[in-house]
Amino acid sequence: MRWFARAAGAPAHPPPPPQRGRAWLVLGLCLTLAACGSGGWYVVDPTLPNGRSNLNFMISGFWYTIQLSAMALVLSIPAGLLIALCGLSSSRPLLWLYRGYVEVIRAIPLFVLILWVYYGLPDLDIRIALFWSGVVALAIGESAFMAEIFRGGIQSVPRGQLEAAKAISLNYPDTMRYVILPQAIRRILPALGNQFIYVVKMSSLVSVIGAPELTRKANELIVTEYRALEIYTVLALEYLVLVLVLSAGVRWLERKMGADERKA
Amino acid sequence: MQCSDFCLGFGEGGKMQPIIQVRGIDKRFGDFQALSGVSMEVSAGEKIVVCGPSGSGKSTLIRCINRLERHDAGEILVDGVGLDDRTADQVRREVGMVFQQFNLFPHLSVLRNLTLGPMRVRGLSVAEADAKAMEYLTRVRIPEQAEKLPTQLSGGQQQRVAIARALCMEPKIMLFDEPTSALDPEMIAEVLDVMAELADSGMTMIVVTHEMGFAKRVADRMVFMDKGEIVETAPPAQFFSTPQTQRCQTFLNQILSH
Repeated sequence: MRWFARAAGAPAHPPPPPQRGRAWLVLGLCLTLAACGSGGWYVVDPTLPNGRSNLNFMISGFWYTIQLSAMALVLSIPAGLLIALCGLSSSRPLLWLYRGYVEVIRAIPLFVLILWVYYGLPDLDIRIALFWSGVVALAIGESAFMAEIFRGGIQSVPRGQLEAAKAISLNYPDTMRYVILPQAIRRILPALGNQFIYVVKMSSLVSVIGAPELTRKANELIVTEYRALEIYTVLALEYLVLVLVLSAGVRWLERKMGADERKA
Repeated sequence: MQCSDFCLGFGEGGKMQPIIQVRGIDKRFGDFQALSGVSMEVSAGEKIVVCGPSGSGKSTLIRCINRLERHDAGEILVDGVGLDDRTADQVRREVGMVFQQFNLFPHLSVLRNLTLGPMRVRGLSVAEADAKAMEYLTRVRIPEQAEKLPTQLSGGQQQRVAIARALCMEPKIMLFDEPTSALDPEMIAEVLDVMAELADSGMTMIVVTHEMGFAKRVADRMVFMDKGEIVETAPPAQFFSTPQTQRCQTFLNQILSH
């Protein structure tokens, strides 16, 4: 218990401040216990040759999941922004387009959208490759939510900003690019971060059409190993890692963009 | 040059052609008639102070002149250009505006607030725009604040930055919409001083304000508005000493009594 005394500083004083390392210690302990106990943890045991090859097989889905989610995000952000701008215009047809798009897309379960794009569209002679079917379905489903977030963010920028931009004769694209969006994005970053995480998680649904991403890999492994608990636990941890990295990235962005505002 | 042009331009004892012509404009917001049949002419270099009770339409009037509001009827000519959706950008390039709430861009430094318009609208290079910005920041006496963010400045400083931002576009006309109403009393003078200097330099100005001291010092003409109409217009000396209407008299009594 030497570390305890050192952490406490002076002896006979209240407990030491909580340490970040301890959470990991507990987690590791649980996993070790579980692995030692009865069950089939050997199928994912990195110390065994078979476990290692199983883990490698599961991990090989990472890159596909990352590409899939990243592409979907990259497409859904400009799409969402464009739809939001329709919703903010004063033209009736554009407003209808916006309302219609958001209401319809939001109402379709992502799972159904994926099936519709991959199995439905070919009946209309629109054939999209497996990867891009996943990307398109995720991006479309996501763009409706992005649109609402963008619209809210843009509307939250005080009206005076738009008027000041007009008063110096800035045109609409420049007003958006230099005045409104920089202020809007700072406000919606936490909400966007949520959506980023959501997309990564929802990419698991693309496994249904056979895309070789993380969830699909896990399912394939279960067919040969018959150990659902162990394999799905590892799968959950894989998503945990992805999401933790992503949310750290979003926090970094928030700090970077919020820095100016805090200085103020 | 045709005779009619000549007469319009320099006839009537050398009087210049008006740079702003407002002819019978109406503006309603839902059921509220903000302006009804307002007409006004402003000559180049003239300083107009518009006053009147709140809700009288004075802000709406100047917001119509750079089309932050669309007028419902009548016409507005700015520097000879009829104002509509098509010409709004063209007109705004010649018309600077200063707002009650400053409306500086909070995410941009003072310098970038000033250079955005010149660079994106006038096509100036960074160096040219920076030089111009520093020139106008010096004119409003805060060149040392160039790298700060607007929120790090006092209200009076922010409003002077807003004036400099408008001037960087080299407008022919400046509109001021209650520029000192959101300021603490001790900061009003520094903003009014800058405005008075601008007036001395020959700028055409329309100022909506309750600062009657400033009006007496600077205005060529006072315009009194009430209920969406121009009730009275006169040179300041006459306006303050012998108001012609009861409404104007009541207003002046209220505003000058304390």
